[in-house]
Amino acid sequence: MFTKIMVPIDLRHLERLGNALGVAADLAGHYKAEVVYVAVSGREPSDLGHSAEEVAARLAAFGKDQAARHGHAATTHLFVSHDPAVDLDKQLLAAEGDIGADLVVMQSHVPNVADYIWASHGGTLAQHSRVSVMLVRG
Amino acid sequence: MADTDDTQGIPLPEGAADIIDTDYTIGQDNLEGNLGPFGFDVHNPVFLISALTIVAFVFYALALPEQATAFFGWLRPWLTSTFDWFFLGAANIFVLFCLFLIVSPLGSVRLGGKEATPDYTYVGWFSMLFAAGMGIGLMFFGVLEPVYHMAISQPLGVPSPIAEDGSIIAANVEAAKRMGLAATIYHWALHPWAIYAVVALALALFSFNKGLPLTIRSAFYPIFGERIWGWSGHVIDILAVFATLFGLATSLGFGAQQANAGLTYVFGVPTSTTVQIVLITVITGIALVSVLRGLDGGVKVLSEINMGIAALLLLFVLFVGPTMTIFSDFIAGLGTYVAELIPLSNPFGRADTDYMHGWTAFYWAWWISWSPFVGMFIARVSRGRSVREFIICVLIIPSIVCVLWMAVFGGTAIDQVLSDPAASAVKAEVIDSYNPPLSLFAMLEGLPLASITSVIGVVLVIVFFVTSSDSGSLVIDTITAGGKVDAPVPQRVFWCTFEGAVAIVLLVGGGLSALQAMVISTGLPFTAVLLLMCWAIFQGLRSEAR
Repeated sequence: MFTKIMVPIDLRHLERLGNALGVAADLAGHYKAEVVYVAVSGREPSDLGHSAEEVAARLAAFGKDQAARHGHAATTHLFVSHDPAVDLDKQLLAAEGDIGADLVVMQSHVPNVADYIWASHGGTLAQHSRVSVMLVRG
Repeated sequence: MADTDDTQGIPLPEGAADIIDTDYTIGQDNLEGNLGPFGFDVHNPVFLISALTIVAFVFYALALPEQATAFFGWLRPWLTSTFDWFFLGAANIFVLFCLFLIVSPLGSVRLGGKEATPDYTYVGWFSMLFAAGMGIGLMFFGVLEPVYHMAISQPLGVPSPIAEDGSIIAANVEAAKRMGLAATIYHWALHPWAIYAVVALALALFSFNKGLPLTIRSAFYPIFGERIWGWSGHVIDILAVFATLFGLATSLGFGAQQANAGLTYVFGVPTSTTVQIVLITVITGIALVSVLRGLDGGVKVLSEINMGIAALLLLFVLFVGPTMTIFSDFIAGLGTYVAELIPLSNPFGRADTDYMHGWTAFYWAWWISWSPFVGMFIARVSRGRSVREFIICVLIIPSIVCVLWMAVFGGTAIDQVLSDPAASAVKAEVIDSYNPPLSLFAMLEGLPLASITSVIGVVLVIVFFVTSSDSGSLVIDTITAGGKVDAPVPQRVFWCTFEGAVAIVLLVGGGLSALQAMVISTGLPFTAVLLLMCWAIFQGLRSEAR
């Protein structure tokens, strides 16, 4: 049913992605699907690397590690934005089409009062995405 | 958008660049967490000290308004008259340094690495650097300055063509007209843009090529080394935040007063604090929407729209106004500027102190105190340009646009004053009584369709303030997040709102003038900082691949 699962990654907070990574790996195993780990970065130096290329290398290493750990096919895509803090949702929506994903699995926080002002990234993606989106809480 | 995967490879390399090897990790001093439901990621101690000091100064200005006004009212003229030689001399060095970079082999270095490609088209890039740099100033000084310098300040001792009884002294007209434009162009062309170019180039080089965080302190790595991550760097960043926020807040306060004056002139809206508070709230509200739409969807779009409208207004005045006179003013003003550039730049032995202290030294201090903000914003959108291309586009092209703007708006106004002084609204608002906010509208009144063009003028003023407020919030947020460009968006919202709140508090309680004088006072230490930056840029460029 699914052939390509997109999993948005925040490389700074990998420890908070546990559930989504496990669910994505299970689904990939069940459907024999490829998992595509995606991240969005600016070109300015950051704590993740001096340049977008260094961030891309870090993401690629993460993808390889996940593939080895869970035994599924995995690739990575880094999307570069002029203003990653604001453009994240737009970039992820564009990313679905660019990589041809048919399912998105994404970690998302339990809704709180802030969601009435700013929708969560997962919430925005689920609202506007053309493909199925599975938000993993907690 | 670039993409990558581990099998296809990434669009490597961006090319050779001389990354500085430092143990410091961007964000290592940051405090990260949640405040209620909102996340934050701020530099410790830059964020806290900046925010608290700003609050403390606002309280000082409110609690002791007379003392603050008296102190800063004395400080500003003292600085511009005592250190005039320093401001003028330093600005000359910045221009010479930029011109040197254009012709030197160092100009081949590309920002972002040897193979980097520009992120923005020329139109988008140029619109943004212009809107952040001086769009608002052109609206307010485009008419005021040429007329004032022609008739009152008498740069280099060129006599006024207007006698005390208001009659025209024909013998003085041509020289005064030319000098009025040239003396204005001097304040808006090469020198201010060289100041911005130095700061922007330093930040872009040390961030995009050397891999240091996009914050002001990074430009001082060649001088302070690893110590920039300590207190010397904190002080530089805090000063930059301080100058930027107060610069924006006081401009927003004065801008609201000016927009109110324009609305009164056009629609008869009453001039009151309430109207001005509404204006600040509206401007801040639009800026918030722009902030939430991001760099590409917010500032860039607004800047392009505004530049388009400004260009239309320019063309309207050019063709409806005295077209041939404007063209001849453009040539004559530019020619006089070139011919008198050295005498106007000379810091020593000048008799025209009204012009030199009251205008030139004041402007240089003002541009320099704004340079961290404008420079950082220009740096952020300039990746992929070569140093030569960068300097030509930041220095030469905006200068030519400014010359054209001043020739069109100032030339038309001067023509109105000299051709029919008794009927000229510009003469009434600039020469007879000094009402800077009304000068633009007074000039437009002398042309057809004044009711439409004046509304366009008010809209332009407001939108230029929105782009300043928005880009300023972006810059302050980046500095107070230790150079992170992807800190949580609520922080940007906080700074944008804070800036509007400070402007309203100062507007209601008094103290706008005192704090603006204080911002200008930061121009003095920053002048020394910028001179050091030139040396740091030279050192930094030498080790880059060309």
